[in-house]
Amino acid sequence: MKKYDKYDVETIERMIDGKLPWLELRLILSEEKDNDRFEKVMEIMQKRVSWKEKILLPLHEHLYIVSKEGKRIVKCDCGYEFGDYRENWKTKCRVRVRDTNESLDEIYPPYMHSDPEWEEIREYYCPGCLALLDTELAPPGCPPVFNFLPDIDAFYEEWLGKPAPDKKRV
Amino acid sequence: MKKRKPIGWDGKTLKEMIQESEQLFKDTRRYYGIDKLELKTKDPFRYERAYARLRGASESAWETALHVAASPIVKEIGELCFALYTPEGDSAVVSTGIMVHVHTMSEAIKFIIRENYEEEVGINPGDIFLNNDCLCGNVHTSDVQTLIPIFWEDELVGWVGGVTHQVDIGGVVPGHDLTCTVERFDDGVHYTCLKIGSNDEIWKDHMLNARRSVRTPMFWELDEKCRLSGCLMIRDATLDFIKNEGVEYYKKFIRETIEDGRRAFIARIKQLLVPGRYRASSFMGNTSEPIQLKPQATTAALSNMPLELVVKGDGSLSLSFDGSSAAKRFSFNCGIGAMEGGQWVLLTQCIIHRDKVNDGAYLAVDKDYPPGTWCNPIDPYLSYNNPWGLLIPAYTSMMRCLSYGFFSRGFREEVVPGYALTADAPQGGGFFEKGPLAGQYWPLSTFEISGQGYAASAVTDGFNSGYAMWNPEGNLGDVETWEVIQGGIPYLSRQLKPNIAGHGKYRGGSNFETVAMIHNSRNVTFFNAAEGLTFAGCGGMHGGYPQATSYILRAEKTNMAEVVKNKQPYPLGDPDPAHGEFERFIKGKITRIPEGMMIPIGLKNYDLVHWRESGAPGYGDPLEREVDLVKKDLKDAIFTKDIVYNVYGVVAAYAETKREWLVDYEQTKKRREQLRKEREDNSMTFEEFYQREKKRIVDGNLLEPVKRSYNESIQLSKRWGKEFLEFWNLPEDFRFKLEEE
Repeated sequence: MKKYDKYDVETIERMIDGKLPWLELRLILSEEKDNDRFEKVMEIMQKRVSWKEKILLPLHEHLYIVSKEGKRIVKCDCGYEFGDYRENWKTKCRVRVRDTNESLDEIYPPYMHSDPEWEEIREYYCPGCLALLDTELAPPGCPPVFNFLPDIDAFYEEWLGKPAPDKKRV
Repeated sequence: MKKRKPIGWDGKTLKEMIQESEQLFKDTRRYYGIDKLELKTKDPFRYERAYARLRGASESAWETALHVAASPIVKEIGELCFALYTPEGDSAVVSTGIMVHVHTMSEAIKFIIRENYEEEVGINPGDIFLNNDCLCGNVHTSDVQTLIPIFWEDELVGWVGGVTHQVDIGGVVPGHDLTCTVERFDDGVHYTCLKIGSNDEIWKDHMLNARRSVRTPMFWELDEKCRLSGCLMIRDATLDFIKNEGVEYYKKFIRETIEDGRRAFIARIKQLLVPGRYRASSFMGNTSEPIQLKPQATTAALSNMPLELVVKGDGSLSLSFDGSSAAKRFSFNCGIGAMEGGQWVLLTQCIIHRDKVNDGAYLAVDKDYPPGTWCNPIDPYLSYNNPWGLLIPAYTSMMRCLSYGFFSRGFREEVVPGYALTADAPQGGGFFEKGPLAGQYWPLSTFEISGQGYAASAVTDGFNSGYAMWNPEGNLGDVETWEVIQGGIPYLSRQLKPNIAGHGKYRGGSNFETVAMIHNSRNVTFFNAAEGLTFAGCGGMHGGYPQATSYILRAEKTNMAEVVKNKQPYPLGDPDPAHGEFERFIKGKITRIPEGMMIPIGLKNYDLVHWRESGAPGYGDPLEREVDLVKKDLKDAIFTKDIVYNVYGVVAAYAETKREWLVDYEQTKKRREQLRKEREDNSMTFEEFYQREKKRIVDGNLLEPVKRSYNESIQLSKRWGKEFLEFWNLPEDFRFKLEEE
C-alpha cells in the first residue's frame, strides 16, 4: 500500500471538495505541511478529469496546464482547450462586462458597488462549459491581467528534482 | 566637534557595521555572509531555547506594557508591538501585535545610524529616541515608535523598539487616518528620530511639548510610558540573557537567527509555491467631492496599483509596483517604510508564521518602488497621513499572487484571494456640552477596523469580523469600551449587514453595521475613510466576487429628540439601501452618497451617522456553491433573498410559521440552468470585447481621472506603459488628451 506524508489522498480529496470539518481543516492549516501534497493533488485531479492528457500543473479550479502532442496548453476540465500556456487564457474566454449600475445591481444592492465609470467587473467564462473562471476589476480601458505564468521546468527540475512529465529523463 | 569613541563591535562605528553588513549581503546573498549555522548545528537545543527566551521576553513585555496604556486601541486590543534589533537595525526577535511595524522600526534605526547620530547626537546607555516620521521608517504619523539602545560594557549590542497607534496625532482635523491632508504640515506633529530622554527617563520638556501637540494628551503620555516600559523590559531581559549565555554567544546568535530566518523563508517558498511570474492589480478611486479643506488638494484621482511578483528558481522573490500612478496632493502617499512594513507583515502571515519571524524574510525579497509614484513619492512635503488607503488594497495583490502559487502547489487551504480594506474608519471628535465632563474633548477613533471579514479560501468560507492585514490577531474590542471614550456619539445599534460578503463557491467573511447619534456635544467633527468609487483590492479569485463597497449615509437636523421622547422606532441600520430605514423612521436631511472617502464635516446633537465594517472576497463560481450553504447564508443574514436569486440561482422563501428559510430545489435547478444560459447571451467573444474597449480608448470616452491615471502610469513605468500601448496597438507617443491641458 502506498505511503503518504501526514495525510492520505482521501483526506486531501475531502478537503478539496469542502467536506472537511473545521476542526480537521484547522489542523491542516496550522500544522507542518505534507511534503507530498503536490503529488497527491495531481493524482486526484488526473483521476477526476475525463480526458487523457497528462496534467503538468493545476492552474485554477477548472483549468490545468497539460501536455498535448508535445505542446503545453491550458485545458478546462470540461475539455475546452485555451492554447499555449504562455498566452493569457483570458483572451480565449467569453467576456461579460458589468459596466452599468443596472448590471452591478444584480450582484450588489445599490450604493454597495463600484461606480462603473471608475471600475467595471469583467466576467470571464469558459467557452466550453460557461463556468465563471474569473471576475476582474478594472477601469474601462485597462488590459486584462495575465495572472500567472509558471516556470514549469524550473519547478520540476530545480524544486522537485525530476524532469517535467512531458520531458524524458536525461 | 569632539570625536566620540565608536560604540559598535570591535572598535567599529555603527555606520561601519551597517556598511559591512550590506556589503557582505551583497557579495554572498547571505545575512552577514554567514555560511554555516554553527550555533544551530552544534547545539540545536541551546539555540532554540535562546530564541524562545528572547521571544518570550518580547511577548511578556507586550502583555505587560499594554496595561500601562490608557488608550483602548492599545490597552483593549493590543495595537502595539516590540522587537529586538541588531546594532545595524535588523529585527532578530519580535513580539506579537501590530507587527506591520517591526520592519518600519528597522528603517528608523538605520536612519539614526546613517545620519551619524553616533557622533553628532550621541547614543548613550539609557537614551530614548522617538520617531513617527514616514520618511525615516514609519507608516504614518499616528504610529509612534520608541527606540532604545542596549549596551553591554562599552558596546552597543542591540536596540529595542516599541510602537503604538495613537488616537489622535494633532493633525489638521481630529483622527488617526485623515482623508483631507495635502501636505506634510497637515499630518500632525512629527518626531524625526528625536532624542527625548536619557538615563531611562523621558525629559519633562519633551512631555510638555508632546501633550500640547495632540488632542488627547492623557492617551499620548500613557502610550509613551507603555512603549518605554516594554522596551526597558526587553532590554533588561536581553542583558540577563547575555549574563547567562555570554556576550559572544549573544552576538553570534542574533545574526545567525536572521540568516536562519532567511533560509527558512526560502525553504518555505520552495515548499509552498511554484516558480514563475505572478501579477494582480488593484485600483483606488478617491473622493470626487469638489469641496476640500485645502484648495490645492487633488479632488478626483484614480490610483493604479499593479503588482508583479517573480518567484525565482533559487526561492527568492522579486516584487515590483511598475506601472503605478503618480503621487498626489492627497493623504494616501506611501513612503518606503509603509511599503516595506506592508510587505513584511504579509510574508510573516502566509509564508513564515511557523518559523523564525524576523528580517530574514525581508532580505529574501528584491523590491521595485518606481520613483514619483504613490509608493515612492520622493517629495518629502506631500502628505503621508493615510497611506493605508492605498497600501492595503495594493498588497491584496501580493496575497493573490501567493495564492495562485499555493493553489498550483496543492495547498488550497492556504489560498487567500485578498482581504478587506480595514474600513469603515469613522473618525473625528467633539466636546461635551453639559454634565460633569462639560468642555472636555472626546475622540471618535473606534478600532473596530481591526475586525474585518476574512476572505474565502479554495476549500472553505471566510470568517466574519476577525481580520486586519496589519495585525494578524484581529481583535475589534468591546463596543462598550469604545463608547466610554467616544462619549459624545453613543451607539444606537449594531447588527449584521447583509450582502457585503464577496460571493463565490466559498463566500468571503461578512460584517456588521452601526448607527450612532451625536449627543450632549458641541463642535463635532466627523468623517470616514473607506472605499466607494472602486472596490477595495483585487477582488475575488477563480470566479469569486469582491466584497461590497462602502457608502456615506448620515442624517442631519433630525427629529431624533422627539423620537426618543416619544419612544418611537428609529433606524437600526441600513439593511436595504434602496428602501432605507433612515428615510422610513426619521425626518431630517438624509445624505446618501455612493462614495466611502469623506471630507470632514461638522455635526450637531441628534444627527445620525451610519458605518459598516467590510466583508471579504469570495472564491470560485457562485453557481457551484452548495444550495444548503446558501440557505444557511439566508438564515445567518449574510445575503438576502433577491441577491441569492440573482447570483447563486437559489429560489427560497421565508416561512413565517416555521420561522425558517425554505428552498425550492426544483426551481433552483432551473434557475441555475437559466443563469448559465444567460452567461452566453450576455457575453461576447474576447475579440468583440477588445474592439469595444479599444474604441473607448481611441475615442477618449473615459472619465478624466481614469485617463490621467493611465497617462501617469505610462509616463512613470518602465514596463507597464509599453505593455499597455502594445496590447491596444497604440503608437509609442500615445497619451490621453486631458481637459486640464
